[in-house]
Amino acid sequence: MKFLYQVGDYIMIMFQAFKRPDKGKVFRRQLFIDFQNMGATSIGVVTIISVFFGAIIAIQTAENIDNPMIPLTTIGFSVRQMMILEFGPTIISLILVGKVGSSIASEIGTMRVSEQIDALKVMGINPANYLILPKITAAMLYNPVLITFSIILGILGGWAASVFTGIVTTTIYIEGLRAWYDPFTITYAFAKTEVFAFIIASVSGYKGYTVKGGSVEVGQASTSAVVTCTILIVVFDLILTQMMLM
Amino acid sequence: MIEVKNISKSFNGQQVLKDITTRFEKGKTNLIIGQSGSGKTVLMKCCIGLIDADEGDVIFDGKVFSRLSGKEQRITRQEMGMLFQGGALFDSYTVEENVMFPLNMFTKMTFDEKKDRVNYVLDRVNIAEANHKFPSEISGGMIKRVAIARAIALNPKYLFCDEPNSGLDPKTAEVIDRLISDLTEEFGMTTVINTHDMNSVLQIGQTIVFIYNGELWWEGDKNGIMKTDNAELNDFVFSTELTRRAK
Repeated sequence: MKFLYQVGDYIMIMFQAFKRPDKGKVFRRQLFIDFQNMGATSIGVVTIISVFFGAIIAIQTAENIDNPMIPLTTIGFSVRQMMILEFGPTIISLILVGKVGSSIASEIGTMRVSEQIDALKVMGINPANYLILPKITAAMLYNPVLITFSIILGILGGWAASVFTGIVTTTIYIEGLRAWYDPFTITYAFAKTEVFAFIIASVSGYKGYTVKGGSVEVGQASTSAVVTCTILIVVFDLILTQMMLM
Repeated sequence: MIEVKNISKSFNGQQVLKDITTRFEKGKTNLIIGQSGSGKTVLMKCCIGLIDADEGDVIFDGKVFSRLSGKEQRITRQEMGMLFQGGALFDSYTVEENVMFPLNMFTKMTFDEKKDRVNYVLDRVNIAEANHKFPSEISGGMIKRVAIARAIALNPKYLFCDEPNSGLDPKTAEVIDRLISDLTEEFGMTTVINTHDMNSVLQIGQTIVFIYNGELWWEGDKNGIMKTDNAELNDFVFSTELTRRAK
């Protein structure tokens, strides 16, 4: 029953959020701030994790190729497929849940408990629209950039690990990267990224927006946002994979 | 003028406001007083539409708030200023940006015009050289004054203050009281103040509403409160040795 209430409440708040902003200039300013807070500050963690994961995938694939019938180009192929199909869109989104989702929930939650949201409402401003819509827009515009960045860096990490440890040459690695390439995988990756970005920003925004109480409840809302987003991302990952790849 | 008609409100079956009817006069400081938990904050939140009353209406100069469309309610809200208990300044904005916020949202003023208006209201609340400070860098009294400046930036018709003196020393509290009272007269606002500070009651209480256990128990002014024989009101107002001696 509580779950159904929350779903209904979430939908109603999203209806409020997706109204025309009161002032375009103010909306653009908030959007720019959110780009900076949510996107630009995530580049560091995405870079480190992507490079290392690309390298790890390359080394593990090489380690598991003990059959001479399997070509060494499999390493480049595996890194590319892993980065595009799953690591870029899903794992990076899960990392962003921890970083961006918890930050959104605690920021909006703190505004709720310190009556800043009430202040917006009394001024005649639609708080959900003012606070949540720029975050959803920023996430949906910036996450694809981060995921593209992650895929490229992961492939570079795989190349560096393969070449510098002498597993394969650059030529063989690139040959693997180009083997059996299906452009639809990119469409699939970006479709997932957009859905996950929406989940991260909207669910975290909702959790923060509906906080009642004080600092303890803000912390709980932040944790709840991370847990809920993580579960929703893996559920929607399965649904989208079934719909788009099967 | 704000008229409150037959407002009732319950939470989880517990009635916190019982059929309250009163009016808050234009150009006066109207005080709502009562013990903690008596329902005065709920009454104020019902007045500004942050809480929907179960029954009754709040009428702003003849406009029944609950019968207005969403757009009309938002326009009416732009005529309201609110001073929250903790100030409710936006943490990520500077003092200047906080005060400029309603001007950015609802006016077509140029940046210079907005800056002039911000400087005027900040000067009016006696804040100087704090334009570029963040709320975390200023004192509690200054936060209250910046919040008042933000509340009056758009020249509101109605000003609501929720416990404006809470957490302030007596001297700063008096400054805030005097400021609200002066601004009310100067701008001709209908000001509603929710307080349990007896100094405020005796200093600026032009009209006073006493809420007791969710009911309107007594109405009058600061002179009347000194002479009343209402037992519950006397018990509340003259609860300390100091106020008993003053009486």
